[in-house]
Amino acid sequence: MSVKSESKGSTAAPNQKPLKNIIEKIWDAHLVKQKEGHPAVFAIDLMLLHEVTSAQAFENLAERKIPVADPQRLLATIDHSIPTRPNRHEIYDEAARAQVDALRQNCKKHGIPFHDFDSGTQGIVHVIGPELGVTQPGMTIVCGDSHTSTHGAFGALAFGIGTSEVGHVLATGCLLQEKPKTMKVTFKGKFLPGVYAKDAILALIGQLGIGGATGHVIEYCGDAIKAMSMEERMTVCNMSIECGARAGLISPDETTYAYIKGRKFAPSDKDWAKAVETWQSFCGDRDASYDREVVVDLDLLAPMVTWGTNPGQALQISENIPSLRDIAPEHQATAQRALEYTQLREGAPIRGVKVDWAFIGSCTNGRIEDLRIAANILKGHRVAEHVTMYVVPGSEAVMKQAQKEGLDKVFEAAGAVFRNPGCSMCLGMNDDKVPSGKRCISSSNRNFVGRQGPGSITHLASPATVAASAIAGEISSSDKYLG
Amino acid sequence: MDKFKTISSKVIPLPMKDVDTDLIIPAQFMTSISRDGYAQNVFRRLRDKDPQFPFNLEKYKDAQVMVVDDNFGCGSSREHAVWALYGAGIRVIIGKSFADIFASNASKNGLLLLTLPAMVVDRLLADAKNEEYTVTVDLENQVVSFPDGRSLGFEYEAFRKHCLLHGLDDIDYIRSFDKEIEQFRKKQEKEWAFSTLRANHP
Ligand code: SF4
Repeated sequence: MSVKSESKGSTAAPNQKPLKNIIEKIWDAHLVKQKEGHPAVFAIDLMLLHEVTSAQAFENLAERKIPVADPQRLLATIDHSIPTRPNRHEIYDEAARAQVDALRQNCKKHGIPFHDFDSGTQGIVHVIGPELGVTQPGMTIVCGDSHTSTHGAFGALAFGIGTSEVGHVLATGCLLQEKPKTMKVTFKGKFLPGVYAKDAILALIGQLGIGGATGHVIEYCGDAIKAMSMEERMTVCNMSIECGARAGLISPDETTYAYIKGRKFAPSDKDWAKAVETWQSFCGDRDASYDREVVVDLDLLAPMVTWGTNPGQALQISENIPSLRDIAPEHQATAQRALEYTQLREGAPIRGVKVDWAFIGSCTNGRIEDLRIAANILKGHRVAEHVTMYVVPGSEAVMKQAQKEGLDKVFEAAGAVFRNPGCSMCLGMNDDKVPSGKRCISSSNRNFVGRQGPGSITHLASPATVAASAIAGEISSSDKYLG
Repeated sequence: MDKFKTISSKVIPLPMKDVDTDLIIPAQFMTSISRDGYAQNVFRRLRDKDPQFPFNLEKYKDAQVMVVDDNFGCGSSREHAVWALYGAGIRVIIGKSFADIFASNASKNGLLLLTLPAMVVDRLLADAKNEEYTVTVDLENQVVSFPDGRSLGFEYEAFRKHCLLHGLDDIDYIRSFDKEIEQFRKKQEKEWAFSTLRANHP
């Protein structure tokens, strides 16, 4: 794999309409007002709500007696702090129960569509939006959650916001925004067997570093992106924030339209042609330029895994953990702290490190395709004796589909636990925590200190690598279980 | 939001790069539905691990200015991180760079983030170990003054400065464009007549 940076590309000839990339087109189409020297009043088409980052925003509106501007542009569900055990309706944790109740009541009070337990459509916000077909090209989508960039896979400008901003959108349907810088990331080449979208995005983050794209919105391009399914594209866009990007998106194409067609919120057959024409019009002009361009070659990429405590501390599974002296001086202290925390030795191989837990799930890799990949590897094998494996579908729809295909049986036969949908062990806000001092190989998106539970150690990887490592009981690539 | 007033305070140093919001306030302390009550758990993990962690030390008690390194506040969008720091009395954070969403959250809660040149920040990180070290941050005039009598101007975006100094939040400003917003939506709904967002909602 190689990464090279290029300078800003060509610009339009004078007296020609300026060429625009997709990010600039969506930006311009949602600009309500921009006064000189002020941030733009920027229109938001859809806001997703969940229980953890919304209560204070509703409270602020109530205190100031401001009504919700447009409840129909909102969509709410519960995902972060809910249990995933069989009797999940009973939330024992008082604080989590209060959050769920508050959201339920706020939705009722303001007429906001709420996807509750057993509605058939409950799940992680970033999984259900696309499933329902509400996520469409050219839209602006926000949520009080940094992985909102997932929706960018559909050619939407989708980004995470804080709770105050959730309040601004509730009250006005708009946000104050500064125009982002744009960055083009081209994924070239083809994946080797056992290498997936997750590996591509971890490779990019490893190269750029976790602050490398701060202030930018990324457009992902290239043959490898074109060839990806929507699920894979969502995995890529999901982790844009992990290199600091405000958002990441992919221009819509036939794959996008085919995915949307027929879903609950998709345009009707009668309007379909008009919808596609409108969506298509957001695709960037040929030769449009970007503030930065990066090329990543995937031809020789091997499965990736993280060794440290941020997603940028990643390497190919065949490589050794870097020696401190090979790390740039300004990053050595961070690396040393990370190694202490993850109890690993510099220069040692990452392959073969013993794991205690394995997690398949999250908005990064908790969709049906991810479960299929994991099940395919686990079929006919057992999870190692000392490993506890959780498989947590991203939504009720994913869970039902998995059951229909018998994947739940495959997981159970392998000794893994198949749970109810939610964020679960991605952030350990409910009971699903990796115990202190235990090591987890995880298909989620963050390996921060204690992210999966106080004292837990996380290695991020693709679902295939997670499944293979669960069987082996140690960090392991999936090639020997494939085909 | 409180109005931002000029601050003279000792400086609490946090010489770590890439401090993420999970570290500032771990998820298990985020279950409250109000904005208060996070301060006692700010940097909980670091405080539990290391008795010498600056937030455990008496000499930095009441510090309102914090100095950090690069890419502070990365990761999760949780505004709880800002509430926790603000609740702990922090009013200004000086650093080399800040993550986007954290910066936006800070400005919406009256917490001033100052990006200063790396050399100045490194020096400040070193000097702040001295408990007598006091700086003054004057947003109105956009100057930081140091104990040796020197001072340094800083850039700050005019609109955000106005909001911070007057304790204004974005809602009032956005709502002053109600007419434009209405016009925008009318036009958009015509162009996006194929959208079934409304029709398919219960
Ligand atoms: S699965 Fe993890 S990253 Fe995704 S929304 Fe839930 S907590 Fe956030």
